[in-house]
Amino acid sequence: MLKVENINVYYGSIHAIKNISFEVNQGEIVTLIGANGAGKSTTLQTISGLLHSKTGSVTFLGERLDNVPAHKIVTKGIAHVPEGRRIFLQMTVEENIQMGAYTRPSSEYDAGLAEVYERFPRLKERRKQIAGTLSGGEQQMLAMGRAMMSKPKLLMLDEPSMGLSPILVDEVFDIIKSLHASGTTILLVEQNANKSLAISDRAYVLENGSITLTGTGKELMQSEDIKKAYLGG
Amino acid sequence: MKNLNKKLSGAAKKDLLTYVFVIAAFIIVNILSSAGVLGRSKQGLLVPICCYIVMALSLNLTVGVMGELSLGHAGFMSIGAFTGVVVSMSLVESIPSAPVRLLIAMVCGAVFAGLAGLLIGIPVLRLRGDYLAIVTLAFGEIIKELINCLIVGYDTNGLHIIFNFRGDKSIADLNLVEGGTAIIKGAQGATGTKTIATFTAGFILILVSLFIILNFVRSRTGRAVLAIRDNRIAAESVGINIMKYKMIAFVISTAIAGAAGALYGLNYSNLSATKFDFNTSILVLVFVVLGGLGNMLGSIIAATVLYILPEALREFADYRMLLYAIVLILVMLATNSPKLRNLFQKIIPFKKKEGGKVE
Repeated sequence: MLKVENINVYYGSIHAIKNISFEVNQGEIVTLIGANGAGKSTTLQTISGLLHSKTGSVTFLGERLDNVPAHKIVTKGIAHVPEGRRIFLQMTVEENIQMGAYTRPSSEYDAGLAEVYERFPRLKERRKQIAGTLSGGEQQMLAMGRAMMSKPKLLMLDEPSMGLSPILVDEVFDIIKSLHASGTTILLVEQNANKSLAISDRAYVLENGSITLTGTGKELMQSEDIKKAYLGG
Repeated sequence: MKNLNKKLSGAAKKDLLTYVFVIAAFIIVNILSSAGVLGRSKQGLLVPICCYIVMALSLNLTVGVMGELSLGHAGFMSIGAFTGVVVSMSLVESIPSAPVRLLIAMVCGAVFAGLAGLLIGIPVLRLRGDYLAIVTLAFGEIIKELINCLIVGYDTNGLHIIFNFRGDKSIADLNLVEGGTAIIKGAQGATGTKTIATFTAGFILILVSLFIILNFVRSRTGRAVLAIRDNRIAAESVGINIMKYKMIAFVISTAIAGAAGALYGLNYSNLSATKFDFNTSILVLVFVVLGGLGNMLGSIIAATVLYILPEALREFADYRMLLYAIVLILVMLATNSPKLRNLFQKIIPFKKKEGGKVE
């Protein structure tokens, strides 16, 4: 479904992504794990057109994405939930969700909204509240709900568990699982290796801008290196 | 959906209040002036006040709604002013009716300023924050210098335009046939303009600008612009073309500034490009900031009060700008005090709904 081949991304003179290739197949949950600064978010931003690779290609459903501007990526069927819960803080919850449907015909709006509220009842309760007043977990749900409105084939989540309490982390992972169960392919970026590997079909380990290890979620959980580096023993 | 309607009606109520305020002010001023309460000097302030109100509204679209600091707005006013003067003076004979000529002049001023906004917007809107402010400042000055070099005349053969870049050309180089008039004379500016601007025209321009801006903000496009201001990355990630929507807002803003400029230009028989310098841009910015970013009624009130203030302080002669500055500081302190804010919220009930919004 998504195929990333030999991409190299630079921030000025810093070589952030070094010749990375990976793919995501239809119906999978694929995780990129790695420490801070390994290049996980950079990879997602390259796919969604916010950053550009000097070499290689990004292909989605057989179509090259590397020269598609960021705002058109959504219409191709990829939704990106950026790191740090980038929601519209000054709008209400419902207006935020509405913005997610920006590229969709208005006839789909009501059904989409109902679906989001069904999955996130908490958002429905708070639909008139200004989004900036939501808690961290609610903001993350709002960002995910907003992304759902664009009816993505591939949902890219950038550290959805960041800064959340353990209970909320569980809740977020449950939501990811249920989104996956309803047919959305998911590309997940996480530092929480334990949780993310447990739900992943496959995973890639990023270190200093290169992929150092790859395998199924279960395989990686068994790997001694991973246990040492990410799973605490 | 029901909630959405409720919210819209809240916004619509606020818009309505703005319109009512403007119309009421117009009627009161008209009554006062026909009763002879307003002296000649005060009546002379009416048109410039209208122009600055429209300038403040227009800049509020760029600074308040779009969230980008522009320091060259006087440049677009200047383009509108000189376009308006040239158009009006060229049409003196073919269209004798002053209101029609004024309308055409304002439309042309808006079109030219809008075009300039489009051209300048292409490089400038790619920048953000301080960089954007600096570059717009530079463009404002460039426009001023360019118009300073402009010599324009009109005769039976049509318009004659020369750019006096080296400073060695004069009106004689226009080669006007007998009966032709020089409209813009380089650094001297436009002289001998027939003043056709009226307070009523200014009032209509305010209403039209308000209508355009308020409808824009409540539209789908306006919501996209608000989303970009709120969170650029999130806006891009939901599929909003940032350049496109910023450009739409900027061109509307500059076109309105052009129309205000045309009205302004046709209110004075002598007008030089140096009038539209950095100070004028800052003056308008002060109106916008003091009136409240994104608050159109605030811009109208601030522009009116702050334009009248220096005139009212004329008797203090040299100390007038000092007092002006002190008043500005006091107003800022006063509006920042939580007690006063609460008081305002009690007085204006539907402001409460927006209480949660962070400015």
